[in-house]
Amino acid sequence: MTVNNLADLLNAKIVNLADGERELSTGYCGDFLSFVMGKAPADCAWFTVMSNVNVCAVATLADCGAVVLCEGVTPDDALVEKVRLQDVNMLMTDYDAYTAATLTAGRFK
Amino acid sequence: MSADCLRQEYVVSGNNFASAGSASEEVKSTLKKLGVSSADIRRVAIAMYEGEINMVIHAGGGVATVDIYLDRIEIVLADKGKGIENVELAMTPGWSTAPEDIRALGFGAGMGLPNMKKYTDKFEIESEVGVGTTVKMTIYFH
Ligand SMILES: Nc1ncnc2c1ncn2[C@@H]1O[C@H](COP(=O)(O)OP(=O)(O)OP(=O)(O)O)[C@@H](O)[C@H]1O
Ligand SMILES: [Mg+2]
Repeated sequence: MTVNNLADLLNAKIVNLADGERELSTGYCGDFLSFVMGKAPADCAWFTVMSNVNVCAVATLADCGAVVLCEGVTPDDALVEKVRLQDVNMLMTDYDAYTAATLTAGRFK
Repeated sequence: MSADCLRQEYVVSGNNFASAGSASEEVKSTLKKLGVSSADIRRVAIAMYEGEINMVIHAGGGVATVDIYLDRIEIVLADKGKGIENVELAMTPGWSTAPEDIRALGFGAGMGLPNMKKYTDKFEIESEVGVGTTVKMTIYFH
């Protein structure tokens, strides 16, 4: 599943689309940043409600394929600016993380 | 330091979340240019970011010194912050003194030090209350 496919499935709004054809490995749900860094696999879709600027650093350094902000949460201005600068894929969906996960489960290669 | 090593030094400022992680991001792009594998870069980036962010949050900033060799990277994170009273306890997964406002940002799971140990091949931490903390990490390239 690519980032574009993920956006369609989740009816997502685009915050930043750096590479819509990037292939996603799996999903990971979590909000504590050190859990994400310890456990999220490379190239994953990361489902979270965290929306501050540190999300971009974590996504970049842990090599997340896309960040999905859930529950209709909107990103801070500083986060929007940084994901654009650092070419991080970021989407927004009204679904909660569980629902987003069930909608995408089984679709990753 | 010898001739076959590339040294970089970064000043990490305290309590500045806009710039937090920039040292790790720069090291990541340097390693990419040098052709290090993405799996190794990921280990370096995560371990260094955890150390960098600990200096930002817990120590009021510090200095990161990074030596890149052909086969490995050595990272030293040194601060003159308040220090850690019980290092063994601090290494325990889940143990954290992060205050509520820091937790609201997503930090404070108490997993930073365990992640640094997990992703590195050598991990040493020395700390003295009132003097500061020094973390030394080595990661070998595969
Ligand atoms: N450089 C430092 N100076 C002073 N205290 C530190 C330093 N690094 C870590 N600590 C102490 O060790 C504790 C555990 O650190 P660790 O990185 O594992 O978790 P955390 O920073 O609290 O949360 P997380 O890393 O999951 O966001 C911290 O809460 C803090 O009390
Ligand atoms: Mg930490």
